[in-house]
Amino acid sequence: MKNQSEHLETLSEIRSLMERSSRFASLNGLSGVFTGAFALIGAFAAYYHLHLKLFQPNYYFYSVATEGYRNISFYTFFLTDASLVLILSLSAAVLLSVHKAHKKGLKIWDNTAKRLLFNMLIPLVSGGIFCFILIYHGYMVLVAPLTLVFYGLALINASKYTFNDIRYLGLLELAIGLSATIWIKHGLFFWALGFGLMHIIYGIIMYYKYER
Amino acid sequence: MSHEISKLNKAFESRIRLGIMSVLVVNDSVEFSSLKEILNLTDGNLASHISALEKLKYIEVTKQFIGKKPNTSYRITEDGKKAFNTHIDALERIIKISK
Repeated sequence: MKNQSEHLETLSEIRSLMERSSRFASLNGLSGVFTGAFALIGAFAAYYHLHLKLFQPNYYFYSVATEGYRNISFYTFFLTDASLVLILSLSAAVLLSVHKAHKKGLKIWDNTAKRLLFNMLIPLVSGGIFCFILIYHGYMVLVAPLTLVFYGLALINASKYTFNDIRYLGLLELAIGLSATIWIKHGLFFWALGFGLMHIIYGIIMYYKYER
Repeated sequence: MSHEISKLNKAFESRIRLGIMSVLVVNDSVEFSSLKEILNLTDGNLASHISALEKLKYIEVTKQFIGKKPNTSYRITEDGKKAFNTHIDALERIIKISK
């Protein structure tokens, strides 16, 4: 007959198998730090480009159509800026995950990775399309807050398929996004707070919790 | 306590079989190759345990071709889920009682 410690060992083995086979474990905390840094640089570029001061709400007036015309150069700048932040962050996340998987001898493109990506992309892509539609209709000012809201929802949805910690990051992003919608003139500031600072803090916490 | 021990499933006395069930209970459908990798087993070893579980109707097999490659995947049945949960519950209770 099996004894106590053997039963306990069996249970913890079962738990670890369930975790390993259903959650993507190669997400690297450092990619959060990179994403945050890119977002902050992007936000500073916007502040610099528009000659804004930190708490100045002038950004709002750029993003509201003036006399029925859209400020095309403002749109182009913002879309380029935001796309650069997105592409650089995603590249960093993918590269660092590949590195971590390699180090731990795991396959990177397995079922857990596919499920994580798919479930994260549902809110993210629909949010992205929604934001483009808003831009098309000239509601540029809502885009910064809503990217935070949809990103938060994407993280909450994705948290079932990787480290559960990103669920709380998702809730924070959601709260910051909703606040940004209320204090809409400070959208850019909230955007820098949510995408920049929160990612850096979370990345560092995750790094110390799992990587070291 | 002996009552709880009687609830432990003989089929799950093998760690490998219990491992297969643990993976399948949290995943909709798992391929042979992934199962092999997660559990760190050889083909033959995994296959023999899988056929034992299949005979008990705890798991079901889907064989299909992806392009020209044969692909075998497994999923847990309702009976399998029930058996697995009963076994885990019994394990947990045994540990609690003797604490």
